[in-house]
Amino acid sequence: MKTTFLIMLFALLWAGSPAKEGYEIGDTAADFKLKNVDGKMVSLADFKDAKGFIVVFDCNTCPYSKAYNERIIALNKKYASLGFPVIAINPNDPAQSRGDSFDEMVKVAKKKGYDFPYLVDESQSVAKSFGATNTPHAFVLTKELKVAYIGAIDDNARKPQEATKHYVEDAVNALLAGKPVTTTKVKAIGCGIKWKNA
Amino acid sequence: MRPLIFFFLLCSSSVFSQSVESVKLVDLQKIIHGAGDRVLVINFWATWCAPCIKEIPYFEKLNTDDKNAEVILVSMDHDLDPNTDKVNRFVTRKKIKSRVLVLTESDPNSWIDKIDKRWSGALPATLVVNSKTGKREFIQGELGEGELEKLIAKVKNQ
Repeated sequence: MKTTFLIMLFALLWAGSPAKEGYEIGDTAADFKLKNVDGKMVSLADFKDAKGFIVVFDCNTCPYSKAYNERIIALNKKYASLGFPVIAINPNDPAQSRGDSFDEMVKVAKKKGYDFPYLVDESQSVAKSFGATNTPHAFVLTKELKVAYIGAIDDNARKPQEATKHYVEDAVNALLAGKPVTTTKVKAIGCGIKWKNA
Repeated sequence: MRPLIFFFLLCSSSVFSQSVESVKLVDLQKIIHGAGDRVLVINFWATWCAPCIKEIPYFEKLNTDDKNAEVILVSMDHDLDPNTDKVNRFVTRKKIKSRVLVLTESDPNSWIDKIDKRWSGALPATLVVNSKTGKREFIQGELGEGELEKLIAKVKNQ
């Protein structure tokens, strides 16, 4: 009884500090099962040969997502064959952002020729457990689902050719080389995830 | 057709648009630390951010109603579009009365924490500061009705 009370109290306190939600570097991410744009359910465990993952919380509508769209497609082209596929997840509440509905996701994936999963996080629980706040928001995971990098894809949202730091690529390259990731957390301006009204 | 084009040209020129101030991080930090006795309410927004635009009326109302609060709307548009025309046009079209600044810094990772460590960089975000005591409240995400007043009361009472 006492334990239950303490757990509840802890949960309440925890809920009051949303900044502390989510994974830190070195945490092990929980696998998930989410619906892909092709209607099939996808889990990280499905990728038997993966050496790790580039999980990107993304959406259709955010101008930052649009600015990074080609770069996300390029990441999968470059790294899927090396064992690090991109897994894109849209957590936005379509009630608040109509352009982020599942039907619109299907359209975007088709139009852009996504060759990676584009999953819908309808309950927003995966975004919450990861601690995703922005779109796009990248998480590089190891094969064992240890979180190795959290944050921006690179340091220039507007001009990809002028980016001087390619954080996600650097993290994946380091993991592929069996080296430690040097820059593990990078913040960026972006669209806040459209959370459901409590 | 021609007069219409001329009209648009006029609108985009400085004749009609209220010009917003471009600032660097140091300028913003000076403002944050030198607000005197007033409670400083800083909202980080952008013209492309729908939830930001939805909550702007709360700040406008506060700016008009509460003389003890200093409202500043800091645009983050520069990161995607360094041309301030869009911000100027927005401010003119919406008849924004609050002070509007455009933060013209690149590499957000180097300065987001200097504004507030709790900020992920997602918009909108709001910082409320009691300059006298240094107490501050920070909220990431869209504000609900009455939430701003609660934040102000909090920094005053702490």
